Amino acid sequence: MADKTPFSIVGKPLPKVDAWAKCAGETIYADDLNLPRMLYGKLLRSPHPHAIIKRMDTRRARALPGVHAVITGEDLPIKFGILPVSQDEEALAREKVRYIGDPVAAVAAVDEETAEEALKLIDVEYEPLPAITSIDEALAQSENRIHEYNKVGNIQKAVALEFGDVEEGFAEADYIREDIFFYQGSTHLPMEQHAAVAAYGPDGKLTLWSSTQTPHYVHRALAKVLEMPPSHIRVIATPVGGGFGGKSDPFSHEIVAAKLSMLTGRPVKITLTREEVFYAHRGRHPVLMWVKTGVKRDGAITAMHFKTFLDGGAYGSYGVASTYYTGALQTVTYKIPRYKFEGMRVFTNKPPCGPKRGHGTPQPRYALEVHLDKIAEDLGLDPVDMRRRHLVDENSLTVNWLRITTCSLKACIDKVIEASGFRQKFRRLPFGKGVGFACSSYLSGAGLPIYWNHMPHSGVQIKIDRGGGVAVFCGSIDIGQGSDSILAYVVAEILGIRPEDIRVVTADTDLTPVDLGSYSSRVTVMTGNAAMEAAEKLKDLLLTVAGEKLEVPKNRLVAVDRRIFDAEDPERSISFVEAVQLAEARFGTLGSVGSYKPPESPGKYKGSGVGPSPSYSYTACVAQVDVDPETGLVTVEKIWIAHDIGRSINPLLVEGQVEGSVYMGLGEALMEEQVFRKGLHKIPSMLEYKSPTTLEMCDVETFIIEKPDPHGPFGAKEVGQGPLLPVPPAVANAVYDAVGVRIDEVPITPEKVLKALEAKARGEDGRYGPSRIPDVAFPAPTTVDVPPEWQPAIVAEGTS
Amino acid sequence: MLRLPPFTYYAPARIEDAVKILADYGPDAMVVAGGTDLYPNMKRRQFEPKIIVGLRQIRELHRINGDAKTGVTIGACVTLAEVSQHPAILASYRGLARAAGLVANPQIRHMGTLGGNLCVDTRCNYYDQTLFWRQALGYCLKKDGAICPVAPGSQRCWAVTSTDTAPVIIALRATLRLVSPRGERLVAASDFYRDDGIHYLNKEADEILTEILLPPIDGLKTTYWKLRRRGSFDFPVLGVAVALAQEGERCRDVRIVTGGVNSRPMEMTEAERILIGERITPDLIERVAQAVYRPVKALDNTDFVPLYRKKMAPVFVKRALRELLGWPIQETPDGHTSAAG
Ligand SMILES: Cc1cc2nc3c(=O)[nH]c(=O)nc-3n(C[C@H](O)[C@H](O)[C@H](O)COP(=O)(O)OP(=O)(O)OC[C@H]3O[C@@H](n4cnc5c(N)ncnc54)[C@H](O)[C@@H]3O)c2cc1C
Ligand code: SF4
Repeated sequence: MADKTPFSIVGKPLPKVDAWAKCAGETIYADDLNLPRMLYGKLLRSPHPHAIIKRMDTRRARALPGVHAVITGEDLPIKFGILPVSQDEEALAREKVRYIGDPVAAVAAVDEETAEEALKLIDVEYEPLPAITSIDEALAQSENRIHEYNKVGNIQKAVALEFGDVEEGFAEADYIREDIFFYQGSTHLPMEQHAAVAAYGPDGKLTLWSSTQTPHYVHRALAKVLEMPPSHIRVIATPVGGGFGGKSDPFSHEIVAAKLSMLTGRPVKITLTREEVFYAHRGRHPVLMWVKTGVKRDGAITAMHFKTFLDGGAYGSYGVASTYYTGALQTVTYKIPRYKFEGMRVFTNKPPCGPKRGHGTPQPRYALEVHLDKIAEDLGLDPVDMRRRHLVDENSLTVNWLRITTCSLKACIDKVIEASGFRQKFRRLPFGKGVGFACSSYLSGAGLPIYWNHMPHSGVQIKIDRGGGVAVFCGSIDIGQGSDSILAYVVAEILGIRPEDIRVVTADTDLTPVDLGSYSSRVTVMTGNAAMEAAEKLKDLLLTVAGEKLEVPKNRLVAVDRRIFDAEDPERSISFVEAVQLAEARFGTLGSVGSYKPPESPGKYKGSGVGPSPSYSYTACVAQVDVDPETGLVTVEKIWIAHDIGRSINPLLVEGQVEGSVYMGLGEALMEEQVFRKGLHKIPSMLEYKSPTTLEMCDVETFIIEKPDPHGPFGAKEVGQGPLLPVPPAVANAVYDAVGVRIDEVPITPEKVLKALEAKARGEDGRYGPSRIPDVAFPAPTTVDVPPEWQPAIVAEGTS
Repeated sequence: MLRLPPFTYYAPARIEDAVKILADYGPDAMVVAGGTDLYPNMKRRQFEPKIIVGLRQIRELHRINGDAKTGVTIGACVTLAEVSQHPAILASYRGLARAAGLVANPQIRHMGTLGGNLCVDTRCNYYDQTLFWRQALGYCLKKDGAICPVAPGSQRCWAVTSTDTAPVIIALRATLRLVSPRGERLVAASDFYRDDGIHYLNKEADEILTEILLPPIDGLKTTYWKLRRRGSFDFPVLGVAVALAQEGERCRDVRIVTGGVNSRPMEMTEAERILIGERITPDLIERVAQAVYRPVKALDNTDFVPLYRKKMAPVFVKRALRELLGWPIQETPDGHTSAAG
């Protein structure tokens, strides 16, 4: 096929820059680091879900030969947390423990065995308190408080926002439907457990190597808790063997390793066990949801009211942001002219929840897409056409003031509907076989940083060596998604060299300019834009000297294949290296910087900080399932998925992200559950926490839909998280198509399917799911005027 | 990572030597074959033997002899991978090959042995946990504790038999050879197991299982069906072995044995009685299947809710019988419907 794009690197399925080391097993992960005289650290964790620490005695542990230091919360009294509004964590709990696994003391010893022995010698006396393990208990036991800093009982945060008058919208509806859904919590399950190595030098400076998605935020937390100037702390994020959101907080073990190293003067390594990773968690929030939607006869939405209840676990983590996210992106897919959102996060005595791929949005997306499927059926509408007719417009504002730039969702829908043969299959397959459809959208990077500031979100520096070598420095951390490679591709494309000519140096707070981290699908868009700016500056210098040398106007020159030549007379050219040397002679040492900050969001209401993004990605998905009506076992046979990426910088990486998202979505749809008995994690192991393996993975047919977005580097949007979102609802809708029962609770286990089938056979509702939400008052909503385009009409002209 | 407790490892080359080490050290010693069950359990401190006697160096434990006419003898250290691929077993004792081939994953089947599989510890998700976890729970009867949180009123342990091959071995009426400092004895496979999650084997600590003796196949057809969440590597939470011999349209002999429920593999004698000697019809199969519902005991200590596992027993028995009868059947033997149909 002829190459239609003018690019030589962008759009090509090149290998990742770190592929060779990974394939050869030579990537150095945090746990692979072994420094001279290194000690091993271990954390003592609470066996109680909720208890007061009455007394702690570490003397016996200190006396054990081979033990070099034992610390408790008294050694690290300053609280921290990822969000400024919830600085509620202690590296080692001081007065109280709040979940089974909460760290209370730590040891550094000559080896892991000795450290383990020492933990047994730490005497802790607890006074157990009643444990709160569900949303209902959290609300009922408002006197039994897990934290004191929040306003009411165990409600960490309650938010209410109303955009326009929803009642007015419901009054305009021809049909109104309400549904209740529950989305179970799940954990990230990265292959690599968290690990950190700290080394405190005789110069009073600290280095921390850690498997983290957010070295910049870890840097800040260390400075705060250790009371050291940030300039004396260096955080190096090691290659991350999977993160998915689970390594985005500053963690106890990172701070503790640093403190132990400071006390002993020796390097200290702490690697969590698999079980500890289940306790450190910060995974998907369990969310109970209620949704009410008013529609016109053709399915046009007139108003939507959405309520969410998040089971937050023991600490804040990203929870306040997660709460807003369960309400923010409903409006970005279909036109919703009036919208009300109420969300509440409660504290419970379980490991804290936080961000997992899709952060706070897969839960409401599942609810929304199943809810719409039901509405389509109630109204006798085709579920695809109903959605397709009412998609958001490009270059528009949503009712909650989010700016839509490009949206190729229509093309995505057409692709998967056609490829899957949906129209020939829907409601026509034999009993037990079914297809389901769902759409979604996600942000390409959060519009605001986690702590309030006006500085760039991402910075890139480039240095060029006389020999033609190019080094790119950026604070971003590659967590497997390929962000190092993206930097190399972008810079190589602009300078007209090859990715292998580039050395990428990332995620080192001493060497690289700040990037906020690998979360919120921000990295390609933000580091890509910053890298483009830095590379363009250097290219300009190179073209200046090349133009002079070749006596060709600058604007006629192109840089490609390690040469700079005259587009009109390609014979006239100089090599990249020659241009570099001329430029250095002319301008001095060659280096440049670029940075990126997202455009300001038009929304100005309280709570408008969560949701804005430079652009939104879109996904459409069809799932085909087989349901065994005798066993209830659901087998997903195939997924067709189309993703609006804007521009794919490397289609291989895009497909990898899509397939990985499908895999993760399937796990949540069918089996994954982070569940507890009396606050004790039921199954903290890779064997018993059921997550699909490659053998459970179905066929996936991926379509990449490209229409460049003005805000992305070369037009790129996100792909790391969005494609997960439509998978669970597509599967749920397919199960309904196959056997006629609605499973309104994820995961869709065989037990639930069978129960719903049995209920249906008895003549009852063929449904499994929650039937009520807590009877609790939300604060009066912040009422927000709708943007001008939504002002007069509730249903826009010409949608039907 | 979780670390193994310290121990001394012996690797005798002869059974007599192994027996002698066991006699010398008494309860401080344990044997290990593939180690795929014992070592993870030791990391969790469910066992802390001071002495480990590895059986892998003992040549005679690796042999497979005989054929379907005379019977086949399998050494205890033959790996599950070998059992699942051995031509004589594949041809005539198909259910055993299938059960062995459905254990865990390829890596574990290449290390794990048939003997180890028959002796595999009973499982319970209150017990298969780290020391930290069990301490947070307050321990249980099976290890270090005084009560059973699964059935707090009961005096016994309800940990679940989790060997895939035992139900087939029992259905085949196999015999096991055990060697100890006191000599040698043969025991019927069905007598090897006890309905007790703690003392789940009729075997002394110093007895070594050396051979599994399969009788002549005598017209029996065998199969094994397994319920688990993931076909890739999960333990059974219900296993059904069926051996069936037909005479024309009648059933000459049938054995139906469950695993993955109860504390021992259970022969479903009532169901068998309904079928033996009768003309086989779909209705009769349905009745046979229903008869296994009552004796199956499933508690809330494995994956899946217990009632679900119990309900699946009749479904799996029915499907296993239909498979052996050559009647149409859509599903594959690990419970998941095949796409091919
Ligand atoms: C992830 C995972 C998944 C698994 N899935 C399954 C599964 O699906 N089905 C299943 O059945 N098992 C499963 N297992 C358990 C185990 O791997 C197998 O049962 C295996 O066959 C055990 O054999 P082994 O040789 O490794 O036993 P070992 O670990 O060596 O021994 C197991 C026990 O038997 C005793 N023993 C071993 N050999 C003898 C002998 N000759 N005489 C006397 N005592 C002996 C040992 O002392 C020990 O108590 C799984 C294990 C893991 C880790
Ligand atoms: S059944 Fe009861 S006693 Fe037995 S292992 Fe489980 S919890 Fe312990």
